[in-house]
Amino acid sequence: MSLPVRVATLLGATVIVIAGGVFVVIHYLLGGPLTEDFTTTASAHEVNITMQADPQTTVTDKPDWVTYFIKNPQTGAWDHTTLFKVPADTRVNVTIDGFDGPTPLRNPAWDQVTGTIGGVEYVNGKAVSSLNSWNGDVQHTFQIAGLNLNVPIAAETSSKLCSTSPCSLSQPHVVTSFSFMTPATGGFFRWQCIVPCGLGYLYGNGGPMSTPGYMTGEMEVVG
Amino acid sequence: MPGAPDAPVPAGGRAEPRHGLRLAVLWVVASAICTPLVYFVWGPHIPPGAMSSSASGQQFDTTVLAAMATPVVLGVWIYFGYALTVWRHKDGDTEDGPPIHGHTRIQVTWISVTAAIVLFLAAFGTYELIAAAGVGAGEGPQPIWKPDGRPLQVQVIGQQWRFSYRYPQFGGFETTQLVLPVGQPVQFNVTSLDVIHSFWAYQLGVKADANPQLNDAAYTTPQHTGSFTVRCSELCGIWHGAMFDDGTVVTASAFTAWATHTEAQLASITKQLPPYALTYDANLIPQLGKALTSAGLNGAGGGYYGPQDPAQP
Repeated sequence: MSLPVRVATLLGATVIVIAGGVFVVIHYLLGGPLTEDFTTTASAHEVNITMQADPQTTVTDKPDWVTYFIKNPQTGAWDHTTLFKVPADTRVNVTIDGFDGPTPLRNPAWDQVTGTIGGVEYVNGKAVSSLNSWNGDVQHTFQIAGLNLNVPIAAETSSKLCSTSPCSLSQPHVVTSFSFMTPATGGFFRWQCIVPCGLGYLYGNGGPMSTPGYMTGEMEVVG
Repeated sequence: MPGAPDAPVPAGGRAEPRHGLRLAVLWVVASAICTPLVYFVWGPHIPPGAMSSSASGQQFDTTVLAAMATPVVLGVWIYFGYALTVWRHKDGDTEDGPPIHGHTRIQVTWISVTAAIVLFLAAFGTYELIAAAGVGAGEGPQPIWKPDGRPLQVQVIGQQWRFSYRYPQFGGFETTQLVLPVGQPVQFNVTSLDVIHSFWAYQLGVKADANPQLNDAAYTTPQHTGSFTVRCSELCGIWHGAMFDDGTVVTASAFTAWATHTEAQLASITKQLPPYALTYDANLIPQLGKALTSAGLNGAGGGYYGPQDPAQP
């Protein structure tokens, strides 16, 4: 093999290795969902977060995965993410527009509302302390284990569910709202849906249930 | 061997000191000092502490093992140090060392002592398993070692990615708080609603696998009030590392007050729970079955696999 060929081969292999490394860094390390920053919109130790729970994710290559969206506090657009940042020692008012139909919990203990201010959630404005997923009342849950927060999201019972995400508020949906306090010091708190809604995966807990950006995410509390 | 008491006198003429006696004296003195230190000074600080009967039993066992290992370790270290110091190569010394021969007395002593130690440890370990009612380990659905009396029943339910706890003697309520009374034997009935988890109450010295459709019993008796950490110790998915919480040991009266209050507080949600059982077959939940059927899943084999599975993210 001549010297020019050898040099060209070496350079080509080097470029391939570097390109592979760049791809891994960009795609896997930097390519996750964005983080919504609510620290700048907090007012008087209070912040408002609006989310929606959809029966599909048509904005990704996983259209049959259920998912959450978060409304961008700056632009008002629906972003496909489950990561958000809030200030410490702050009341967080969460509104979730639930567009999905019912799925039963494997453990009905999670029908109970815990960790919210007043121990209740509001379903279309009505205060309740629990739902009954085995009666078809629940589509998903919003649960932050580190704060012992558990909120079952009321199910939409329409036979014509939204089919394009993010869903329009003109589509049939149920509004679930609740409030909780962030801790006095900063930290990271994972949150998840505990309904086994990843059907098609082991115990219903794989797929969207195990992928940040869909039915699980993280709340960063900034101290 | 160089350290043997009857090492031959070198051809050079100078008699070797009695290395064996030196080593023996050093070893006896060091062991006499260090072994009590290990047992009485270090022992009370060995994990997992003494918060429960099983924890203190594990601490005692580890302390005994450490104390027994101390003379052995010291023997190795002293011999090593002595050899490096005394038998090191000296400048200008080109002479070979004396030939090494077998030494029956040393070999027999070595085999006898080590065999005695191993046999003692086997007997000691077996006895300790019985005496401490399973030393806090999961014993499966039919435990061999049980405590005396009527233990408090606490069911530990693992699910991706939380632990929850049911108290069947208080109406079967289920909560995420693990509260135990001091001084009363506790029977943990550990199971799972999905994949394999493992219930590890670190300071209590309790560790039991949580398997779906299997009850894994473990026993302990809390001896001190305070908090303890519960972790999942079986890799169980994306949030395995975050699957932990805290438990509390309180006085008997405080426990009764808490349990009674919680039973009343959760009465409405308790009615929605399935009847208390040692295991739960998630596939038999009729509503889940309907959902699976509508999704085209068969639910066979304890999992929910679709036609295209196995598929994981």
